[in-house]
Amino acid sequence: MAMSKKMLEQEPSEIEMLLPFHAAGTLSARDSRRVDEALARDPELARQYAVMQEEYAETIHLNETLGAPSARAMQKLFAAIDAEPPRYPSSPTLLSRLTAFFAGLSPRTLAWSASLAALALLLQAGLIGAVLVKNQGSTFETASLNPNQSTVRDLGPRALVRFTPEATVAEINSLLDSYQATIVEAKSGMFRLQFGNRAMTQDEVAGLMTKLQREKIVGLAVPAP
Amino acid sequence: MSAAQAASDEVLIARIAQGDRLAMQVLYGRHHVRIFRFGLRLVRDEQVAEDLISEVFLDVWRQAGKFEGRSAVSTWLLAITRFKALSALRRRKDVELDDEAANAIEDASDDPEVAVQKKDTGEVMRKCLTALSPEHREIVDLVYYHEKSVEEVAEIVGIPENTVKTRLFYARKKLAELLTAAGVERGWP
Repeated sequence: MAMSKKMLEQEPSEIEMLLPFHAAGTLSARDSRRVDEALARDPELARQYAVMQEEYAETIHLNETLGAPSARAMQKLFAAIDAEPPRYPSSPTLLSRLTAFFAGLSPRTLAWSASLAALALLLQAGLIGAVLVKNQGSTFETASLNPNQSTVRDLGPRALVRFTPEATVAEINSLLDSYQATIVEAKSGMFRLQFGNRAMTQDEVAGLMTKLQREKIVGLAVPAP
Repeated sequence: MSAAQAASDEVLIARIAQGDRLAMQVLYGRHHVRIFRFGLRLVRDEQVAEDLISEVFLDVWRQAGKFEGRSAVSTWLLAITRFKALSALRRRKDVELDDEAANAIEDASDDPEVAVQKKDTGEVMRKCLTALSPEHREIVDLVYYHEKSVEEVAEIVGIPENTVKTRLFYARKKLAELLTAAGVERGWP
């Protein structure tokens, strides 16, 4: 095939340019496979590859005949190091100790630890949610069941929402706007939000909670009375 | 270089950052020959190349705490070496045209034409590799001898990855021209 030759007169093809890296074994598996396939179907390219391997071998030969530095270089280096101001090993920081600890664990141990931690977080979130709903439910029961305010309860659904510690005021405002939500009450880091002014079916409320839970700044969202 | 050695190099660098002299000796022992050869191919002067490696490893001693591990330690060393070599070349302004310096290496063997007459094409090839421009020499060495990937060469030389590929292609083409001029026909290009 005259493709390679033709390419030389114009621009080299991508595969031609990858040949040296293929010979040196520094290509990704994908690129290596591409080059292998091209070599199999293009004899001209295969010939170029064979020629290139001579260059490869002779470059190594040439470099290997360059010798090595004398001991003078090392003496000079360590004399310079000795002349440097003394450096005292610093005590490892908490971060470096943690990094070293996790680096020492096997991948299997790490995977198990991560799973257990995730489970513990879920349980904690569930417990907090349940306790708050239970405790605050009674607090709000009086108000929400107040016959004078019953019209309010006929409006949109409510939820207890805890925002993540990183959430900024701007982000919370933006979320409230996008959900047409208002803060009914804030207590112990939890917010009772009301969404819109129309009643929703149970499925709609469940969908709303799922959507809320996916928000980056929402740590917990559970339906609330 | 194996992944295990690369990881172990990083451990050495972390120890050097803490002032561990023994770790410095191990790292030096592991890399100084290749660093010397890379530097020598750039500056073409053994004394300058020896001074270079002392400077490179002294920089490592001083900067180890700043090494972030984004690239292999060997890649970092080669990048420092290249920078130091170019600085040394700039100090010797006329080095590009300094035939005497070039001959310090080239005189060790026959001219390409003589080598052809002796049918030693390997020697001709090595002569022609030495005759490449500094830009072409360094890229050929980095890929073939130091076994650096496209990405690593781009980092060491400070050029885009596509330029690495095209520069090496044209270095090979130039090598082919030099070989042809010396009487060696290889059928490519």
